[in-house]
Amino acid sequence: MKKVIMGNHALSYGAMLGRAQVISAYPITPQTQVVELLSEMCADKTLDAKFIKVESEHSAMAACLGASLAGARTFTATSSQGLTLMHELLHWASGGRLPVVMGNINRAMAPGWSIWSDQNDSLSQRDTGWIQFYCCSNQEVLDTVIQAFKVSEKLLIPSMVVLDAFSLSHTYEVVDVPEQEKVDAYLPPFKPQIKITPDEPHAFGGLTSPEHYFELRYKLQKDMEKAPALIEETGKEYEKMFGRYLGLVDEYCCDDADIILITSGTVGSTARVAAEELRQEGIRAGNLRIKAFRPFPFETVRNIVKGAEKIAVVDRNISYGHHGMFYEEVKSALYGHNDSLPVFGFIAGLGGRDITPSTFKEITNYALKKKKPEEEIIWIGVKR
Amino acid sequence: MKKEKKMKLSLPEEELMNSGHLACQGCGATLAMRYVLKALGQKVALCIPACCWSVIDGPFPYSSLDVPIFHCAFETAAVSASGVKAGLEMVGDTETTVVAWAGDGGTFDIGIQALSGVAERNDDIIYVCYDNEAYMNTGIQRSSATPYGAWTTTTPVKHFKDRPKKDMEAIMAAHRIPYIATASIGYPEDLFRKTKKAKEIKGTRFLHIYAPCPTGWKSRPEDTIKLARMVVQNATFPLYEIEWGEKYTLNIKLKEKKPIADYLKIQGRFRHLTEKEIASMQEEVDKKWQRLLSLVNSK
Ligand SMILES: Cc1ncc(C[n+]2csc(CCOP(=O)(O)OP(=O)(O)O)c2C)c(N)n1
Ligand code: SF4
Ligand SMILES: [Mg+2]
Repeated sequence: MKKVIMGNHALSYGAMLGRAQVISAYPITPQTQVVELLSEMCADKTLDAKFIKVESEHSAMAACLGASLAGARTFTATSSQGLTLMHELLHWASGGRLPVVMGNINRAMAPGWSIWSDQNDSLSQRDTGWIQFYCCSNQEVLDTVIQAFKVSEKLLIPSMVVLDAFSLSHTYEVVDVPEQEKVDAYLPPFKPQIKITPDEPHAFGGLTSPEHYFELRYKLQKDMEKAPALIEETGKEYEKMFGRYLGLVDEYCCDDADIILITSGTVGSTARVAAEELRQEGIRAGNLRIKAFRPFPFETVRNIVKGAEKIAVVDRNISYGHHGMFYEEVKSALYGHNDSLPVFGFIAGLGGRDITPSTFKEITNYALKKKKPEEEIIWIGVKR
Repeated sequence: MKKEKKMKLSLPEEELMNSGHLACQGCGATLAMRYVLKALGQKVALCIPACCWSVIDGPFPYSSLDVPIFHCAFETAAVSASGVKAGLEMVGDTETTVVAWAGDGGTFDIGIQALSGVAERNDDIIYVCYDNEAYMNTGIQRSSATPYGAWTTTTPVKHFKDRPKKDMEAIMAAHRIPYIATASIGYPEDLFRKTKKAKEIKGTRFLHIYAPCPTGWKSRPEDTIKLARMVVQNATFPLYEIEWGEKYTLNIKLKEKKPIADYLKIQGRFRHLTEKEIASMQEEVDKKWQRLLSLVNSK
């Protein structure tokens, strides 16, 4: 059924169709509508789930961990300050191999209170062992939540479905809401092999000596390495059933592109508009939108950019003292494979400053003019 | 010539809060700040966590207050204030009153751990909770200060709040801090006197101020003061003080306790309640009132 819904409600519908059994969440702008709709769904029994209305995000994630360990499918959603307050428990989720699925609305970090979009909240959770998907449309948000349950439960690794504040979270788009029976056929119930039950008593997460700890982390990484193939496989399966492919990346006119603009999140669609216009001006531009940030699709990225002459990575985030975070990843993907390809790192749009098609044109013109990057970071639109 | 007669004011005329703030019409939280600052004077440092007040004050680089503000993380108001106090003392300022200024969500829920730590250590700060009985900044979600029966966006009418408001005074009293007081923006002189009194005490002081929110309560802005008086007169939010967790003093005595129904009826958030539900809520208020009276009379 086609519905016009906001990005936040796409998360709620994803959780509903995925038959989340325990939801625990705490309100924060710009995530609140996710929680409000889910609490309504639980109240009127559209969704047969327990909703724990906790007193902080730290507790929200902790409740999800408990529920997941008990064998229930769990969902939460947060943003920014809330996500970073969860930080300790994000490690707990992946270390405990608990397949929680969470929506995160990208919002800039305080201080300087901001409710507008940038990616430093989720990207600073990079090393917590979560799978991270960056979405570009409300349809993709809904679909990805369903896929994320499947991937997470197979690998026992939690997933974060990320969307931009306002430009997605509060923007209404036409979304095809799949039928419940079809989603049920795609996503079987969560049946963990081991869980917390007196029938088979296990102690989870106790003192682990250097004798064993290392191997647990090795296994986490090994399973994470399985994720790219599994994401593609479950994405194809999704396409077969619902007509929409869900992959690691999404490319636009990259085949013959001289310059590829690499982006993540909703600015991908802006980059496409720019690429289209640039092509009319005779500049062969393309856009590679990276959807899976963890695991990072090294091979896929390498293959797509093979024929390009230049790469411009646009980051709406920064690792202070270093670079934009997607820029880092793209460079490391190319290292030893395609060392001569010039990769330019741009930072734009922090704290919700607009990124427009002309931003991308400025970026493209800059990169086309230079042989190779002369600065570690090329700042776009900053007032100095 | 006739000498001009000056009206006698019960509060000082000096304002530390200016126009240009961003609150809604009829916002009780703004009055709470205005009155408290009148009592504390200019030598004050505020720690404000995420809440309506972190917006009300005004956007960067402006502020509607003539006192310094540390905008701190949501869960940290109390202990941020402890830090500011310790820091000020170490750099030679022993005079400034440090105030944590938080909403009910920042106090009853996410901030309670830090607040409990501060109170147990008896850190030398004033903690003010302005209570609008929900998370208003994020668009009216329930908090543990939301009263039984109320609608919020996370306690929809079909499943309205089915648990009573957390008894924060009892929790704070259990910490045996020197001073706890409830106040209402409908009784400015009482609030003013309590703030003055708190200022003179050392240690952790807790002021809990009832501050209606027309936006979140679906009440009329012009009813804000009325609601803030009714809530006291019907004993839903009695005004009292607790010293060292033991000595209870009732400040506004009630000759005739009003029924809660009139108070509920002018707030959209209670519109769905049936007569039966209101009657059982009345019973709860009566019970709580009797309990308070027995605490007041126990010494
Ligand atoms: C860690 C964290 N979680 C959530 C938020 C979002 N948030 C900001 S203010 C607020 C509610 C504040 O409620 P309350 O303390 O009652 O103050 P009010 O807005 O009602 O004045 C929330 C949930 C945040 N800023 N930080
Ligand atoms: S929402 Fe309520 S508390 Fe917040 S500024 Fe408006 S009236 Fe005041
Ligand atoms: Mg509040």
